[in-house]
Amino acid sequence: MPNISRDEVAHLARLSRLAVTEDELDMFAGQLDVILQSVAKVSEVAADDIPPTSHAVPLTNVFREDVERPGLTQQQALAGAPAAEEGRFRVPRILGEQA
Amino acid sequence: MTSSTVDLMDYDEVLERFDPVLGLEVHVELNTNTKMFCGCSTTFGGEPNTQVCPTCLGLPGSLPVLNRVGVESAIRIGLALGCDIAPWCRFARKNYFYPDMPKNFQTSQYDEPIAFNGELVLELADGEVVTVGIERAHMEEDTGKSLHVGGATGRIHGAEHSLLDYNRAGVPLIEVVTKPITGTGARAPEVARAYVTALRDLLRALGVSDVRMDQGSLRCDANVSLMPKDATEFGTRTETKNVNSLRSVERAVRHEMTRQAAVLAAGGTIMQETRHFDEATGGTRAGRRKETSEDYRYFPEPDLVPIAPAADWVERLRTTLPEMPWQRRKRVQTDWQLSDLELRDLVNAGAIDLVASTVDAGATPDQARAWWVNYLSQEANSRGTELAELPITPVQVARVAALVTDGALTNKLAREVVDGVLAGEGEPDDVVAKRGLAVVSDEGALTAAIDEALAAQPDVAEKIRGGKVQAAGAIVGAVMKATKGQADAKRVRELILERCS
Amino acid sequence: MSELTRFSAAELAEKIHAREVSSVEVTTAHLDRIAAVDGAVHAFLHVDTAGALAAAKAVDDDIAAGKPPASPLAGVPIAVKDVLTRMGAPTTCGSRMLEHWEPPYSSTVVRRLESAGLVVLGKTNMDEFAMGSSTENSAFGPTHNPWDLDRVPGGSGGGSSASLAAFEAPLAIGTDTGGSIRQPASVTGTVGVKPTYGGVSRYGLVAFSSSLDQAGPCARTVLDAALLHEVIGGHDPLDSTSINAPVPPVVAAAREGTGGDLRGVKVGVVSEFTGEWYQAGVTGAFELAVDALRQLGAEIVKVSCPSFDYAMPAYYLIAPSEVSSNLARFDAMRYGLRVGDQDGATAEEVMTQTRGAGFGAEAKRRIMIGTYALSSGYYDAYYGQAQKVRTLISRDFEQAFNQVDVLVSPTTPTTAFRIGERVDDPVAMYRADLCTIPANLAGTPAISVPAGLSDEDGLPVGLQVMAPALREPRMYRVAAAYEFARDIALGGSLINRVPDLEVAR
Repeated sequence: MPNISRDEVAHLARLSRLAVTEDELDMFAGQLDVILQSVAKVSEVAADDIPPTSHAVPLTNVFREDVERPGLTQQQALAGAPAAEEGRFRVPRILGEQA
Repeated sequence: MTSSTVDLMDYDEVLERFDPVLGLEVHVELNTNTKMFCGCSTTFGGEPNTQVCPTCLGLPGSLPVLNRVGVESAIRIGLALGCDIAPWCRFARKNYFYPDMPKNFQTSQYDEPIAFNGELVLELADGEVVTVGIERAHMEEDTGKSLHVGGATGRIHGAEHSLLDYNRAGVPLIEVVTKPITGTGARAPEVARAYVTALRDLLRALGVSDVRMDQGSLRCDANVSLMPKDATEFGTRTETKNVNSLRSVERAVRHEMTRQAAVLAAGGTIMQETRHFDEATGGTRAGRRKETSEDYRYFPEPDLVPIAPAADWVERLRTTLPEMPWQRRKRVQTDWQLSDLELRDLVNAGAIDLVASTVDAGATPDQARAWWVNYLSQEANSRGTELAELPITPVQVARVAALVTDGALTNKLAREVVDGVLAGEGEPDDVVAKRGLAVVSDEGALTAAIDEALAAQPDVAEKIRGGKVQAAGAIVGAVMKATKGQADAKRVRELILERCS
Repeated sequence: MSELTRFSAAELAEKIHAREVSSVEVTTAHLDRIAAVDGAVHAFLHVDTAGALAAAKAVDDDIAAGKPPASPLAGVPIAVKDVLTRMGAPTTCGSRMLEHWEPPYSSTVVRRLESAGLVVLGKTNMDEFAMGSSTENSAFGPTHNPWDLDRVPGGSGGGSSASLAAFEAPLAIGTDTGGSIRQPASVTGTVGVKPTYGGVSRYGLVAFSSSLDQAGPCARTVLDAALLHEVIGGHDPLDSTSINAPVPPVVAAAREGTGGDLRGVKVGVVSEFTGEWYQAGVTGAFELAVDALRQLGAEIVKVSCPSFDYAMPAYYLIAPSEVSSNLARFDAMRYGLRVGDQDGATAEEVMTQTRGAGFGAEAKRRIMIGTYALSSGYYDAYYGQAQKVRTLISRDFEQAFNQVDVLVSPTTPTTAFRIGERVDDPVAMYRADLCTIPANLAGTPAISVPAGLSDEDGLPVGLQVMAPALREPRMYRVAAAYEFARDIALGGSLINRVPDLEVAR
C-alpha cells in the first residue's frame, strides 16, 4: 500500500514544474495517498500473460505524403506569445542545458 | 576553463592501464521536404517562426501525422546498416521540460526502434578492418533553436534571456546508436573518427541527408569509458556533445581517455555526466550538474498509431539502396585498376565519391585521382576543411581536366584555374576568360616568339642546330617568359626543334 | 421564453428549411434565452452574438436564394464545449492558464459544424482541461443544474448539458474521456453520445487523455444526437487516430428505433454495475427502463464483465499519466498565462510559478499522479499494469458482445449531487464515472438517454446503452425505441418536467 510522504509530493511537484504552497503540500499528500491506494487495486489482477493495450483501435501505418501544407504566419505564431522580440519568442534566462 | 587546469595522463600510459570503450550516437537530419509530423517546410535559413504550424508549435489541440518519406529513409538507413527492420513498432514520448521543445516532450522511439542489430565495417588508414556493431536506428524529431542574449559569446551561461525560433522544431531526425565498441586500444580515437566518416559516406550515398557536420545535419555525441586492465565490467561513461567535425570526434575521444585516466589514477571516480567539447582547447568541460539523472517517463505515443512495415515494402526499399561505399571501393579498385595502396590513398583523402563523380562527369580516373588526391587534398588540409567542403565540384574539376586534354590549358595553367574556382571567381571557363589563362596555341604567335628567342640567343641556336637537343631548354624558358607562362612548353619545344632542324 | 427554444433541432431545421421561420429568428430566440437565464445557470463562458447572427443570416440568404441547405441541420444553433478550438475568441478549457488564449486555428469539429451551416452560439463551461465530474473544477465558477440550481450539472461537460436542459441551445458538442458527455446528460435529463474512439476527429480538441478523448453530440432527443453525429463524424487526415470509414448510418437507425420494435434484439445487463455506491432511486429507474425494453420485445440477458471492477483504478492511472504529458506544454513560453517574470527569474522559475498559478487543484493532483505512475521503477506496477487491465476490459466486452447485441447499465450511480458536496473527496467524485469508464478504455461507443426521475429526489436518471466498436446504429436504435416508448408512457418528453428557470430582468 503506497504511503506517499510530503517530501515525495514535493519531489513530484518539482518534476512537473508545479509551484505548491506548504498548505497545499499537506493537502495533496493526504489526497494523493488515498487516490494511489485506490488505483493500486490494479495490481490485484493476475496479468502476467496479458499484453498491454496502448491504442484502442487496431489502426497501423497511417502516413501523410511529404508535401508542404500551408502553416501559420509569423504573426499568427507569435500572437499568443507572452513576449516576443525580432520575430522570436522571448523567454527568461534558461538555467539548465538541454538534457 | 582551459584544459591546462585539468590533469591528463600521458596517452601511452592510459593504454597500458586501461581499455577504452566507445559508444557513438549520431543524429542525422533528414532532407525530406517537410517535417516529421506536419507539412511545414524544412528549408534551412528562413525568417524565424515562418515555417511553423499548430502541430510543430505544439499548440493545444494539435496532432502529429507521420511523414511517409521519413519512415522510408529510416528503413533504408537500417537496411544499409544491415539491421533487422521491426515488423511492428511505435513511437514513444520522451518527457522533459526545455523551452526549445514546444510540447515539453519529444516524440521519439524508446524500446521499439524501427531498425536494430546491424553493423558497419570500417577500414582504417593502414587497412585494419574494424566491425562496429549497430545497436539501433530510430526516428525522432528535432527541437527549435535558441539564441541566448546578454551573455558572453552567445552561450547560455550568463545570458539574460533567450529567443526561440521553432522553424527547426519537428524536422525529422534519425538517431543511430552503436553497440559498445571495445578492443580498439590506442586506435580508439581513430576508430571513432573512421566510424563517423563511414556512416556519413553511407548516408550521403543513400541521399537521405546533407550530412554536414558544420551545418548540424550530422551530429555526433561521443560516449567514452575506461576499463582498468583487470576489470570485468565497463566503467562509468561520459557523454561528450558539441562535437562539430570529424577531427573533433577524434580529439574529443582522445581527450576524454586521458582525462578520465588521470581521474581514476588519482583515486577519483568518473561521474556519469554530459560534457561539452571545446573546439579552441581540444578539451571537454562538464555540463551543469544535475541532482538526479533524468527520468524521461517514456510511454507509447497515443496520438500516433503503430508502424508495421509490410515485408514487400521493405524489400522494395532494399532495391532502392545505392551502391554502398564499401561496394563502391571494391568496384572502383577493379575498374580503375588501383593497387591497394592507391585505393587507400583515395579512401584516406575522403575522395572516392568525389573522384567517381568526376569520372562520371567525363574525366579519366587518373586525372580525377590526381586532382583530388594531390592538389585539392593539399588545399583542403591547408584550409583545415574536408575535401567535400571545398568550394569546387566534381563537374568543375572534370571541365578543367577536359581543357587540359584539349590542350587549351597546361597543367600549370590548370592549377591557376582551379585556384580561381576555389576563390569564387566562377566556372572554369569564366576564370580562364577573366584571367586570360588560355594557352597560347596560335602557332604563328609561338613561332614568332621562338624566332625572337633564337635570334636573341644565337649560340644556343647553334647548339640546337648542331644536335644538342637539351639546349632547347633555354629557348623554351625564354618563350614561356615572353608568353607569361601561357604557352604549352611541350609544344614550344617541338616547334623549336622543328625550326632548328 | 420563446416557443422556438422548446423545439428539437430536427423540428427547427425542418421549419427553417421550409422557411416557416428564419435561422435569425431562431438564433435570436436562443440568444435572448441565454441573456435571460445564464446569469443563474452559467452554462456559457463566451457568447458570440455577432458571429451567430451573421452565420444565421448567411443560412437564411442561401435558403432564400434557392440553394439546398448545407446539411440537414443548417441554421440550427449549437453550443460548443470550450475545449475545442475556435478562432475569433478565447478557447479557455475552463482554465486560468488559457483564460485569454485565442487560437490561430479552429478544430476540425468546429469547422465541420460551420461548413454544415450550424450556428455556433458560443463556448460552454467545463471542468478544467476536462478533468472532473461536476464542472466545479472550472476556473470561472461552476455551472448550475437547471433541475435544481444548487446541484451540479455533471462534468466535465456540464456547460453543454446545462445549456440543453435550460433550453439555451437545442444542440451542443461535448467531449468524453471517462464519461464527460454521458454523465452530465444523465443528471440533466438530456441525451449524450460517446462515439467509437476515432469516429470523430480530435484535431483541435485540447488533449486530456489522448487515447481516451472523443468529441460527441449532445441533444434533448436521440434523433437530434444522431443528426449531429452525422455532421461531425468521419475521417480526418489531420488526426492519425481517426478511422478511415464512413460515419455509421445512425440517423436511419434512430428513425428505425422510433418504430418501437425491439424483437430479436438481445440486451445484456452488466451485473458489475450495482452495489454500495448506487442510489436506490437510480437502480429503481434503471430496472423500470430494462422492463420497458422487455416490453418492446427485447430479450434481456444477465452478463458478467469481471474486469469492469478494475476499470476505474485503471482509468485513474492511464488518464493522469497521459495528461501529465499533455499539459507539460503549458509552460509560459509560447502562449497562455505567464507569471513571475521579473527580477531575473529563470525560465524554470517562471514555468513553475505559472503552472502553480494557472492550474487548479484537480489538474495538479492528476499531473502528480501521472508523473508518479510513469516514473521509472513504478511504470510496470502502475501504468503498465493499467494497460493490461485495459486489455482485459476489451476482452470482456468482446465476450459480452458475443452473447448480446447491446449492453445496458445506469449511466452513473447517483442523481445530481449538491455543489460543494464532493469537492474535498476526490475518490468520491471519481465514482461518478464507474459505469462510463469501461467504454472509454475499450474505445467502444455508448449513449446516455433519460430514463425517468428518481423516486427519492425527483432528479433525472440516465440509461446507458453500449455497442461494439463502429456499431453505433444498434445503440441508437435501442435508445430511440426506449425514448419513444418512455415518452408515450410519461405523456411527453422527460425534459418538459424541468422546472422553469427564473428569468433575469
